[in-house]
Amino acid sequence: MLKILKYSFYDLIRSRWTYSYGGFYLLFTLSLLWLSNDLSKVVISLMNVVLLLCPLIATMFGVMYYYNSREFTELLLAQPVRRTSIFLGQYLGVAGSLSASWIIGVGVPFALYGVFGSEQAGNFAMLLFVGVVLSFVFSAMAFFIALKNENRIKGFGLAILAWLFFAVIYDGLLLLSLSMLTEYPLEKFSLIASVMNPIDLSRILILLKLDVSALMGFTGAVFRKFLGTGLGMGVAFAVLLLWVVGPVMGIRRVAVKKDF
Amino acid sequence: MPHDTFLIEEMISIHHLHKAFGKNHVLNGVDLTFDQPGIVAVLGPNGSGKTTIIKSILGMVLPDEGIIKVQGEDIKGKWLYRNQIAYLPQIARFPENLTVAELLRMVKDLNTGTAHDSELIEHFGLHDFLDKRLGNLSGGTRQKVNLVLTFMYDSPIIILDEPTAGLDPISLVRLKELINQQRMKGKTILITTHVMGLVEELADEVVFLLEGHIHFRGSLQLLKSQTGEGNVEKAIASLLERRDS
Amino acid sequence: MFRWIFISTLLLAGQAVFPANTLRVCKSCPANSIREAIRLASPCDTIFVESGTYKEGNILIDKELTLIGRGQPVLDGEGKTEIVTIASNHVHFEGFVIKNVGTSYSQDRAGIRVKEATEFYVKGNRVENAFFGIYLQKSKNGIIEGNEVVGEAKDEVSSGNAIHLWYCDNVLIINNKTIGHRDGIYLEFVNFSTVQGNYSERNVRYGLHFMFSNDDIYRGNTFHDNGAGVAVMYSKRIGMFSNHFEENWGPAAYGLLLKEIHDGQIEGNTFQENTVGIFAETSNRIVYTKNQFIQNGWALKISGGCQQNNLTANNFIGNSFDLAVHSAGTDNKFDGNFWSDYAGYDLDKNGIGDVPHRPMKLFSYVVSKTPESLVLLRSLFVDILNFSEKVSPIFTPENVVDNQPLLAEST
Repeated sequence: MLKILKYSFYDLIRSRWTYSYGGFYLLFTLSLLWLSNDLSKVVISLMNVVLLLCPLIATMFGVMYYYNSREFTELLLAQPVRRTSIFLGQYLGVAGSLSASWIIGVGVPFALYGVFGSEQAGNFAMLLFVGVVLSFVFSAMAFFIALKNENRIKGFGLAILAWLFFAVIYDGLLLLSLSMLTEYPLEKFSLIASVMNPIDLSRILILLKLDVSALMGFTGAVFRKFLGTGLGMGVAFAVLLLWVVGPVMGIRRVAVKKDF
Repeated sequence: MPHDTFLIEEMISIHHLHKAFGKNHVLNGVDLTFDQPGIVAVLGPNGSGKTTIIKSILGMVLPDEGIIKVQGEDIKGKWLYRNQIAYLPQIARFPENLTVAELLRMVKDLNTGTAHDSELIEHFGLHDFLDKRLGNLSGGTRQKVNLVLTFMYDSPIIILDEPTAGLDPISLVRLKELINQQRMKGKTILITTHVMGLVEELADEVVFLLEGHIHFRGSLQLLKSQTGEGNVEKAIASLLERRDS
Repeated sequence: MFRWIFISTLLLAGQAVFPANTLRVCKSCPANSIREAIRLASPCDTIFVESGTYKEGNILIDKELTLIGRGQPVLDGEGKTEIVTIASNHVHFEGFVIKNVGTSYSQDRAGIRVKEATEFYVKGNRVENAFFGIYLQKSKNGIIEGNEVVGEAKDEVSSGNAIHLWYCDNVLIINNKTIGHRDGIYLEFVNFSTVQGNYSERNVRYGLHFMFSNDDIYRGNTFHDNGAGVAVMYSKRIGMFSNHFEENWGPAAYGLLLKEIHDGQIEGNTFQENTVGIFAETSNRIVYTKNQFIQNGWALKISGGCQQNNLTANNFIGNSFDLAVHSAGTDNKFDGNFWSDYAGYDLDKNGIGDVPHRPMKLFSYVVSKTPESLVLLRSLFVDILNFSEKVSPIFTPENVVDNQPLLAEST
C-alpha cells in the first residue's frame, strides 16, 4: 500500500490540479492577509471557506482521480499486489496531496505573517485540522462512490449530490424538522443530527472557537455540557475520525468484491 | 526457471467457471487447461467471454462459481501468484505526471524477481524518453512502455489482450519478435485478438468461445481440417455458420 | 463634579471646626477595644486602630468620628453578627479588614452599614466573607471609595450584595472591587449618584443593578463574567459611559439588561464576548452611540415595546448576530453604524455605503423561534437563507435598516 501511495502521491503532487488548488489557497490567503493585516479576521474568513471548498474539491478530485486512473488501476491489478492496497494507496495519495495543497497554500502565508506564537495559533491549528479532515472524509466518500459506479457521469453526479447533501440539503432538512417539531425537546436531536454530518461537525468545532458567546446562550443542559466542556471537542474528534474510517471501510469492502 | 517444471503441473487450469454480470451470463461453466508451452489464441466474437476469462485468471474478475488454479494453486484471495504472470492490457494509460523511469521503478517495486528492462528499453529505443512524463508521450511510445512493462519479467505465463491494437508497423514487427522469443523459452502465452492474421502467424492452438462456452479447442491444423477451410478466418466463420444452422 | 468637592469640603470642614484629639487602639493601649475607643472619643476625634484581630461583635459608630486602620486590622464577626454600623453623620472609616459576617435570612447583615447618615466616607476597606458587604440605607452625600468586597456566593438566595444602596441620594461609588456576591453594586431608589471605575466579577446575578433609580451615572466600570453585567430596571435618565462588559456567558446572561427605562444615554461602552451584549425591553428614547460590540453572541437584542431609540456611530464587529429585533417596533433608528459583515460598496467614496444594510438576519429570527437551530450557525444553508431574505425581506422587520452604513469603524 505504501508503494502505491508513494507513486500516486508523486503523480498527484506534480499535477497541475494540485498546483492550481494549492495556488488558489496561497493567493487567496495572501490577499486576505494583505488586505486586512489581521490574523484573526483571516482565520474567520478561511473557516467559512474551508467548510465549503475542502469538501467540494475533495469530492471532485477523488472522483476524477479514480476515473482517470481506471486503466492504470487495471494494470496495477494484474501486478502481485493486494487489491485493497491499490485502492487505499491511491485514496491516501489523493487525500494526502489535497491536504498538502491546503496546508501549504494556507500555511505558508500565515507563517509569513507570524501566526505561530500569536494568540491565533490555536484557531489556526483548528482551521488546518478541519481542512485536512474534510479532505480525507470527502475524498474517501468520492472514491467509494466512484468504485460503486462504473458509469463516470453517474458517479460524478452522485458524488456531487453527496457533497450537496452534506453541505446544504442536510442542514435544510434539519432546520425544517427543528422548526416543525418545536413543541418537543430538541436538544439531543439537534446535537446528534449535527454530529452525523461531517461538515456540520467540523462547523461546530469552529463555532466552539468563534461563537462560544452565542453558544453559551443555550438553555438546555445537554447542550451546555456538550459545548461547554471538553466533552464536545472529544466527541467531535472521535466522530470525525469515524467519518474517515467509515468510507475507507466501504472502499475496502467494495474493492474486494468488485470486477474490473 | 528450467523447462521441465513447466510440465510437471498445469500452468493454468479452469474448472467449471461461471460468471454473470447482472442478467448477462458471460461464462457458463468453462473448463479449460493450459499445460503445454506455446501460444494459445483465445478467439470469439464480442461478448463471448474472452476478456472475462483472462481477467478471471488475473483475479480482476471474481468468478461466481468454479475454481481457477495457476501452477496448481487456487488463486482465490491470492495475489502473489501474479508474479508468475505478465499481462499486457488492451489500453495503456499511465499516471500523467510520473516519468517513464518512475513508472518502471514502481512496477519493479511491486514485483519480485529480476527485471530485464534495460534490454527492452534498448529494443524499443526508449532511452531518450526515460525522464519524460508519461502524459507527454505519444500513443505509440506509450504502447512501447506498456510492452516493456509486460516483458521485463521472465514470467512463465504471458497474457496479451489485443496486443496489436494501436501499434505502428515497426513496433508490430518488434512485438512479434518478442512473442516468438518468449515462445522459444517455453512459456505459456495467451493472446486474445480480432486479427486473424496474427493467429495464423503465431498461434499453436486456438480456443474458440461462443456465448460463454468453449466451442472449439485444438491446434490450428485441427481447426482447419475440421472445418475444411484453408485459413483461420474462414474456419472461424464456418464454425459460426455451422452453429447457426 | 461640584457636588463631590462640596462633600469633601464638608468633611474637612467638619474636622476643622471642632478641636480634634486622636486615640489609639491596640492590645496594650489604654483603649484596647474599638468599642471602648468610641465610647471615650468626642465628636471629631480620630481613632487609629493598630493591626491585630478584633472580635467585638457589632461596632456601632454613633459619633462624628474618623476611624483609621493601621496595618489592616481585622474585625472578625465570627459569623454571628453585623460588624460595623455607622449611624452618625460625618464618619470617615478607612483601612480595615472586615470578615465573617453571618448569613441570615431574617435580617440583612452587612460588613459595614451606613444608616441614615450624611457626609460619610468609607475608604480602602476589605470585606471578606460577608452576607452584605457595604450597606447604605437612607443616607446621602457620601463616598464609597477603593473598597474590596469579596465573597464566595453560590446562588442568589444565600448571598447578599457587595455594595447595596437603598433610598440614597448623591453618593459616589468609586474604584471599588466587588467579587463573588449576588449583585456587585445594587441601587434601589437611589438618585443623583455616580458609580465610577469599579470592577465587578463573578457576581451571581448582576455586576451592577439599578432599580427605581433616576438621574444616575455610571462610567468607566468593568463588568467581567457576572450572571449579567449590568441591569437597569424601572429607572429614568441613567447615563452609561465608557464601561466594559466582558464575557457574561449563559442562557440569561447579558452585558447590559435594560427593562422599562427611559431617556438613557449609552455611549462609548465596550461589549465584548457576551452571550447578549445589550438586551432591551420596553425601553424608550435611549441613545446608543459610539459603543463597540465585539464578538458577542447577540450584540443587541431589542424586545417588544421599545420606541424612539436611536442607534448611531456604533461598531459591530464579529458578532454571531448583530441585531435581533423581536417586534417591528415603530420609530427606532439604526443609521450610521459600522457593521463588519456589511457587503455593500461606496462608489462616491464618502465613507458611507451606497446600499442600505439590514443588520437583522433571517437566521436571527429563526433562532428566536427555534433556539436549537443555533447549531446551524455559519452553515451554507443558513447563508443562503440569509442572502435570500436580504434580497427580499419577508420575516425580518423591514424598518430595521441602516440607511447610511459606515465603511470603516467609527472612532
